[in-house]
Amino acid sequence: MGNDKQPTCLPCGAKGLCGGKGFLTLKDGVWTSNPLAIQILGICSALAVTNRLENSLVMGAALIFVCVGSNLLVSLLRKHTPHRIRMIAEVAIIATFVILFDQFLKAFYWDMSRQLGPYVGLIITNCIIMGRAEAFALQNPPILSIVDGVANGLGYAAVLAIIGFFRELLGTGEIFGHQVLSTEWYTPNQLMILAPGAFFALGIVIGIFNWIKGPEPEENK
Amino acid sequence: MSETSAWVIFIAAIFTNNILLTNFLGMCSFIACSGQIRTSLGLGTAVTFVMIMTTMLNYVIYHFVLVPLGLGHLTFIIFIAVIAAFVQFVEMFVERFSPKLYFALGIFLPLITVNCAILGASLFMIIRKYSFLQSVGFGLGAGIGWAVAIVLLAGLRQKMRYSNIPEPFQGVPIAMVVTGVLAMAFMGFAGMVSIQ
Repeated sequence: MGNDKQPTCLPCGAKGLCGGKGFLTLKDGVWTSNPLAIQILGICSALAVTNRLENSLVMGAALIFVCVGSNLLVSLLRKHTPHRIRMIAEVAIIATFVILFDQFLKAFYWDMSRQLGPYVGLIITNCIIMGRAEAFALQNPPILSIVDGVANGLGYAAVLAIIGFFRELLGTGEIFGHQVLSTEWYTPNQLMILAPGAFFALGIVIGIFNWIKGPEPEENK
Repeated sequence: MSETSAWVIFIAAIFTNNILLTNFLGMCSFIACSGQIRTSLGLGTAVTFVMIMTTMLNYVIYHFVLVPLGLGHLTFIIFIAVIAAFVQFVEMFVERFSPKLYFALGIFLPLITVNCAILGASLFMIIRKYSFLQSVGFGLGAGIGWAVAIVLLAGLRQKMRYSNIPEPFQGVPIAMVVTGVLAMAFMGFAGMVSIQ
């Protein structure tokens, strides 16, 4: 967290509020208003790619990349974009970054690209990125927008990793393809890697987030 | 792949490969707009219509413009532009010629642009290499499948208001768990027909 905080202080350090603001932005994205578990945005991909931990991590990385890139560009162009066409401009920017990531995956990690299938392309319609561009990057300076992009990307990636971890563990007894739970005493529950398991896992994770946040505001993470 | 008839794809897209319950597409509006049966029915209808039209449009654009020109890497951006433009067009058209329908669907139409099921259907059509007729079957089936799922959930959520749910699970979490049960029920259709 520390090294993310530092660059925010440089451009507007004179005012002396950006440092605190940068940290606050980060905390907001990762925990207080986590895009996935608290705001319930972008759940399509969270359900679809979490059948294995590896896929979840790649998808999280993709979202961090696209969110940072699009936040930066939207923020840089925010004074030059006419208000009426801002939506289409945002979609075009987001789509550009998604294409970049997709082409990168296709060039260097073909197997992963095949497994994720259409879900990389579907980052375009992921409400998190559009929401951050619209709600944050349009009003804030570039560096702070990058922090916001990192924070929300991380928040998304973290929840994805949690779900991916448990689904792979319970569904196959493996982590990253290595046998963790011995088949002698653990029977893999196929349901967890199929569609219903995804819904159950996400429902329970959101429920637990609510439970931790709800009655006592302490950070158990 | 090319052997499967459009009819089989149509049935499979509704039941065995339901775009929402097995591919998880269109979840955002699925969760947000499934409070009442009436609204979910309106949204379902709008999605079905837009989905079948954009699948056809995107099929033509992909196979007759993008592929011959070697612009495959622009697929995403072109598709999303087509969908956004089409939704905008439908909105203006409906507003001009059928104000009644416009008021019934009005609020849902702009939402559809960012519904990932629409873009997802177009991308699946390309990945699975469907022919034109198969694409029409798939677009229609996926749209109806999505509508069926959201109406079912809306019905269940209306009943759920009277049940005693643990506090942290109220709202979205229980909706997800119920959707999981729904997905499990739809898995019962699995052996009927299958498409990849």
